[in-house]
Amino acid sequence: MKRLLLLWIIGWLLSLPAAQATDVPKARRGVFALTNARIVTVTQGVIERGTLIIREDRIVAIGTDVEIPPEAEVIDCTGLEIYPGFIDSGTHLGLIEIGSLPETRDYRELGDLTPQVDALTAVNPNSVLIPVNRVNGVTTVITEPEGGLLPGKAALINLFGYTPEQMHVGGVRLMVLDFPSKGRRGPWDRRKPEDIEKAFREAMDKLNEVWDRAERYARIDSAYRANPEKNPKPLYVPEMQALLPVIRGEMPLMIKVDLAPDILEAIQWVKKRGLKRVVFSGVAEGWRVADKIAEAGIPCLVGPVLSLPTRESDRYDKAYANAGLLHAAGVKIAIRTGEAENVRNLPYHAGFAAAYGLGREAALRAVTINPAEIFGVDDLIGSLEVGKKANLFVTDGDPFEPKTQVRYVFIDGYLIPMDNRQLRLYQEFLHRQPGLELHPATH
Amino acid sequence: MFCANLLACCLLLGLITTAHAQRKGDLFIRNGTVLTVTNGTLENTDILIRNGKIAALGQNLKVPEGVEVIDATGMYVMPGIIDAHSHIAISNVNEVTNPVTPEVSVGDVLDPYDIRIYRALAGGVTVSHVMHGSANVIGGQNETIKHRYGETDPDALRMEGAPRTIKFALGENPTRVHGRGHNVPPLSRMGVEFIIRDAFHKAQRYMEAWDHYEQERKRNPRAVPPPYNERLEVLADILRGNILIHCHSYRADEILMLMRVLKDFGIQRVVFQHANEAFKVAPELAAFGAMASVFSDWWAYKFEVYYSTAYNAAILTRNGVITSINSDSPELNRHLYHEAAKTLKYGGLTEDEALALITINPARQLGIEDRVGSIEVGKDADLAIFSAHPLSIYAVCKKTIVDGIVRFDADRDPDDMRLRVDPERPVELAIRWGDHQHGHRCLEGIDLIEFLTETLQSEWQ
Repeated sequence: MKRLLLLWIIGWLLSLPAAQATDVPKARRGVFALTNARIVTVTQGVIERGTLIIREDRIVAIGTDVEIPPEAEVIDCTGLEIYPGFIDSGTHLGLIEIGSLPETRDYRELGDLTPQVDALTAVNPNSVLIPVNRVNGVTTVITEPEGGLLPGKAALINLFGYTPEQMHVGGVRLMVLDFPSKGRRGPWDRRKPEDIEKAFREAMDKLNEVWDRAERYARIDSAYRANPEKNPKPLYVPEMQALLPVIRGEMPLMIKVDLAPDILEAIQWVKKRGLKRVVFSGVAEGWRVADKIAEAGIPCLVGPVLSLPTRESDRYDKAYANAGLLHAAGVKIAIRTGEAENVRNLPYHAGFAAAYGLGREAALRAVTINPAEIFGVDDLIGSLEVGKKANLFVTDGDPFEPKTQVRYVFIDGYLIPMDNRQLRLYQEFLHRQPGLELHPATH
Repeated sequence: MFCANLLACCLLLGLITTAHAQRKGDLFIRNGTVLTVTNGTLENTDILIRNGKIAALGQNLKVPEGVEVIDATGMYVMPGIIDAHSHIAISNVNEVTNPVTPEVSVGDVLDPYDIRIYRALAGGVTVSHVMHGSANVIGGQNETIKHRYGETDPDALRMEGAPRTIKFALGENPTRVHGRGHNVPPLSRMGVEFIIRDAFHKAQRYMEAWDHYEQERKRNPRAVPPPYNERLEVLADILRGNILIHCHSYRADEILMLMRVLKDFGIQRVVFQHANEAFKVAPELAAFGAMASVFSDWWAYKFEVYYSTAYNAAILTRNGVITSINSDSPELNRHLYHEAAKTLKYGGLTEDEALALITINPARQLGIEDRVGSIEVGKDADLAIFSAHPLSIYAVCKKTIVDGIVRFDADRDPDDMRLRVDPERPVELAIRWGDHQHGHRCLEGIDLIEFLTETLQSEWQ
């Protein structure tokens, strides 16, 4: 009897955490049928009152005449719209938790030349920032290191997963090069023009020296690989090893460049170095030299859009209009926010670009299929097509409009809980209990 | 000769007075959708502006002879947006030399040439509450300005008759700058409370000393007055309720602290600026009658804003706290209408409630609600005309009007709107803003590099 009671108590105790655990919202996979939806595929037009079937990680059917599998969980999307998950082409999300606290900043390593460091290593999958941002329909971001000339490798990640590997999309990494600049770093930068020019030249010399060495290192490495018996093994130089895939065209180079003279220098430099896989990032003054960028055929990750003009003499809306002007000149563009905690505003960066000349359709492409193509993962994400990953979200209207609510988000086929700390604070404090009763301080 | 001199003096005086008199315009805005904010939306409505004021509002009004007409068919007219927290149009932000500096005023360093005034106009903003920074517990006095861009006299920017306001600051900024940076109190939120109480106590003693002197003087004409002290004069004016407190704050505990202190000293009016955790003490704020001016969604840039929510404005509004959304940024102030629109999403405010956050509510917080903040007959003709509903992402501001004068015109203004070109600068160099550009102007004027180095050193020790 005593033993039975003991067993019962143990059983009861064990059941406690389990019962509590079920209260925690978790992401889940399965078979989902999103029915009666306006499906904005981006690449294959808009389907009115259509059905989209998700099985595990993939979209397996889209159309108006789709058979719903009996095991499917049906989500009625009458009056709702489905979009491919938005891609932010430049953020620091996962690498930073609290801006002012150095202990929580992992996007910058010491030194000017650290191409061997990898952003993916420092991505915190459990950052409080991630759920806050993904519920606005941003499913995928480039997260990038910064600082110095070669700050490291950026990575394309989904905003769901418990390890960086689970989050990593298509194995995409890009080598970041912060191109030397002839501009000021801010209004407080009071350097003389000749000093700025001198610093630029020195930085260019350094870059060229590094690249000469990297090319030489690649030749030594290739020779060794071709004939290890005859040729010496290259010395251990981590920086040079890291640049090998870039020199060989296996890894794209993301060149951070904003100002018109810097962009022109960068175009020349890319040509001189014979680099084929290059993207520009930032490109604040791209509109000034849009024809030159188009001619060079270099795609641009443009933004932040919600930004100030680079010169006092410029028209007030140049930062908003930049993406549209580049697009009109024939440059392939994607949009980036440069944010971490507010990547959730990507739809609004795209919306402002749309309103100031880019147009809605092109803006939509700039946060979906264009970045997918630029990063070489358009077989996986960027549009709603059969066979692609189920990275998508369901809204009650135009996703660029602030009033629009996002109802469901799927990342890699997982239905993500629409829950985060900001929402929980709202639920707790909208009608706080107790209200004033126990707080006599202000009575 | 004397007469001629006198005449010249009179002429000169006349010139000076005309220069100081604000330019006010006449305009007729035809057939717009008028978002009054306080009286709903009026379709196909005309607005007649006379001498800088809204003279009439209605359908099919008559255009008086000689008054310029703006056709607003298909457009939306809203009250000029009011930014309750800004650091534009001034050449200095922080007087970092002491935790208590109420004697200084940003009104002394107004810069009418600042291009950021024009850029704010381009986002429909007509009034800015230009504030001292947040380095000091009791900072300097602020200035409420109208965006009369084009006027080159600093005085022309002042919104005549606007109540005096002063900046207070709690939490990380003053403790960082003074405690950790200069090794003088406050180093903690406890110290911040003491600094404020100490200042108010000293001001009370000062007032007593002057009261005593005034009494004494009646009996003894040779009584000696107490030494004049500008710092204590300003603090005394705060205690008398003549100066409105606008307090930089984030955490719920420090917000409660200030309300306790103000209650003890009989001060009734306060606006909490930023107030990322105001939502946690919304019932207390409402009971006190305190107001809050917040960001739409900024958070996580420092520890005291880690436990924030974009639903802050909605929770405060639903709890009866008069709330505004501000910018604190020369970038963000260009799209405050968009920031306000986010409350439709985060907490489901109505369109009128969302618009109130950037119009009549900040007007109340600055004590200028009888002049601006809504479209009503008799109010100042400060208006913004948008191509679409201003809470839509596709809205583009087309014209902004201050005192009946068009100060921004998207279709007519040239690209370069600088009022002067600095001859010291040989070539205009572009600025590379980068990703962290929306840095907070609140701490402008502090050598951050030097400060960070000090911080790092002390942490290594």
